[in-house]
Amino acid sequence: MEYWLPLIFVSLMGLALLLYIILDGYDLGIGILLPLATDDEKDRMIETIGPFWDANETWIVLGIGILLIAFPSAHGLILTHLYIPVTLMLFGLILRGVAFDFRVKVTAEYKSLWNKLFFIGSLLAAMAQGWMLGSYVMGLESGLTSIAFSIAIALSLPAFYVVLGCGWLFIKSSGDIYTKAAKWARTAILPMGVGLFLISIATPIASSTIAAKWFTLPAAIGLLPIPLMTGVAYVTALWVLSKEEILRAGYGWIVFVCMVVMCLMMALGLAYSIFPDIVIGKLDIWESAASTASLEFALIGTVIAVPMILFYTAFIYKIFYGKSRPLSYE
Amino acid sequence: MELDPFLLSRIQFAANISFHILFPSISIGLCWLLVFFRLRYTLTGNKDWEYAYFFWVKVFALTFALGVVSGITMSFQFGTNWPGFMERVGNIAGPLLGYEVLTAFFLEASFLGIMLYGKNLVSNRVHLISSFLVAIGTTTSAFWILSLNSWMHTPAGFTIENGVFMVDDWMEIIFNPSFKYRFIHTVTASLLTSAFFVAGISAWRARKNVDGPATWKVLRTGVVLAAIVAPIQIFVGDLHGLVALENQPAKIAAVEGIWETEKGAPLTLFGFPDEEARTTHFAVEVPKLASIILTHHVDGELKGLNEFEDAHPPVAPLFWSFRVMVGMGFLMLAVAWWGSYALFRDKVGPWLLRTLSWMTFAGWVASLAGWYVTEIGRQPWVVQGYIRASEVVADHAGGMVLSTLIGYLLLYAFLLVFYILTLMHMSSKPARSLKESMDFAAPSTSTPGSAATLGAL
Repeated sequence: MEYWLPLIFVSLMGLALLLYIILDGYDLGIGILLPLATDDEKDRMIETIGPFWDANETWIVLGIGILLIAFPSAHGLILTHLYIPVTLMLFGLILRGVAFDFRVKVTAEYKSLWNKLFFIGSLLAAMAQGWMLGSYVMGLESGLTSIAFSIAIALSLPAFYVVLGCGWLFIKSSGDIYTKAAKWARTAILPMGVGLFLISIATPIASSTIAAKWFTLPAAIGLLPIPLMTGVAYVTALWVLSKEEILRAGYGWIVFVCMVVMCLMMALGLAYSIFPDIVIGKLDIWESAASTASLEFALIGTVIAVPMILFYTAFIYKIFYGKSRPLSYE
Repeated sequence: MELDPFLLSRIQFAANISFHILFPSISIGLCWLLVFFRLRYTLTGNKDWEYAYFFWVKVFALTFALGVVSGITMSFQFGTNWPGFMERVGNIAGPLLGYEVLTAFFLEASFLGIMLYGKNLVSNRVHLISSFLVAIGTTTSAFWILSLNSWMHTPAGFTIENGVFMVDDWMEIIFNPSFKYRFIHTVTASLLTSAFFVAGISAWRARKNVDGPATWKVLRTGVVLAAIVAPIQIFVGDLHGLVALENQPAKIAAVEGIWETEKGAPLTLFGFPDEEARTTHFAVEVPKLASIILTHHVDGELKGLNEFEDAHPPVAPLFWSFRVMVGMGFLMLAVAWWGSYALFRDKVGPWLLRTLSWMTFAGWVASLAGWYVTEIGRQPWVVQGYIRASEVVADHAGGMVLSTLIGYLLLYAFLLVFYILTLMHMSSKPARSLKESMDFAAPSTSTPGSAATLGAL
């Protein structure tokens, strides 16, 4: 158990953070797109995420929670190093989260202020998360390469969220917004692709540990499906977006699926790059793991609760299935 | 002036937790009130109850959102500012926080969607159950976080290996000596806070002449609930104090302003504690009463602050916070009983309405004061008797912590102003008449594409 428990928890943490990136990613992406829409469209775009965002955001709390439960010393090390971006992300998430309510409840004169804060909060949170991710992949170093790398991800992650958000709009909306989402996605997908491509190339150059893992022979062949699948997903999304008739026939959801596949592949790639460390070059999974007794106790709850969470999450997505309707409390 | 990152981190944590607790202290109780409104509607078919639900569920949504976002901040602060805490007690604190996320956060966040927006998509039964599950979620969340908080005050069920806390017995950890008192005291506080909150806003609506029949039903519910809960709260608070005396005598000594250990200690009603001179100036005392209240003996011995040297909390903040909390508690009791009597006699005058609306946030004052008593009362320890706060703080530059602290303070002030302005705006809209609310609730009004609905909320 002493060997397996940390592995189980690191996988769960990865899963929670992956789900976070996908789920909160689409609603942060829609937040970033908000200034491009008319006032009426803003309402309708937010309708598509209203019932989901809070639960979506809870996945990062679980992800960070598992880091805290299972790897307490890594938790402290990572979060103290990321003090500034974490604080900025929190400011962003606070503004975005309360804007959902304030924008429809304040007097009319303040509605546009809260729409702006919704956008600023979403963008700030997305960029700060990119910065955190970049800094983490660079092993929390503070050199020039690390900063450049963090900036690159801070710019690319919001673009990824935007395309994901457009994918969500294809699923949940129709009419003008659907058409506009196609336009937005076409604009965002190119810089996103270039950004992610450069980051993928830069990672092994910037980090020799990661380079050693990817470019040794039998491993390199086994790993080939990861970049390959990422590329296929990207090209498919690009192709669907370029075909007006496919989009018009209602197949926009393929873009969302492609983004999810890309995200999954990149997460696998990242996991392979880091493993078995939890902070690259500083701490490994077993060094930083909590005591076996604590992990066992946490595991019992996890085994019972996580399937239940997945079950009722599915139930709620089913209730709000289909094109979104105006949000009404009554 | 040298910036002390330890002091700044402390202020930042205090600011975060003070801001955060405002919202759960309303939303835990308010959610149960909403379940009550919904249940009354389901059982009686009276539309007023349904309308009460629709009005207050919007207030709940806003309050809940503020609680969620400020709560997420807390979970990150452990790592960013207090990494030593998790390194030392992570084996205990981690799983407790984990259970909170797994059993409470997802439950409340998920079913909130149905509770707020699912009325026309699910049956009345599923909607009622969803509201109930959100209420269960908020209370479960309080259960786990208060278990951890109580453990920090009265640690139990562990062993220490090389400075790291190891689990010995989970039941002893979860149900540590102060837990059940703290849990009941906090949940009751939330019921009392939300009772005054709904009664206060309803009274304000009545004074502004924007009330309807539902407003009065809510007002009555709030006042009667407060009248029942206030005396229970005072009783539980007393029990909680006795547990603190046993486990944290320095806290009680500071609360009572007792400097020297004495038998038959007097109760200081009022005075100015002076830590330099180690005395309380202008003390107004009732002989023997402190011993009687705390030990239930005329000559019971109470330990004085001088027994604890450098390991006792700052005296003045505790002394004052405690008096604010208790004073507010008795004031709420008096107003709630007066209100219940007036409602029972059907003689609600303008002064009652005025008093209730002034006391809309009375629960906030009492809750914050109560939390200052308990949390400042644990200082200088973070885990009572074992770990000092100064041992676990992150080694950040003072300037960086200062800048984030200023950011938080500005953001919180801004949000608090908007929260209250928005509540006032929502409450100043005329209540719907019975007929209107029936028309409005008809499902056919929300046709897809009519964006007006969202704006009308």
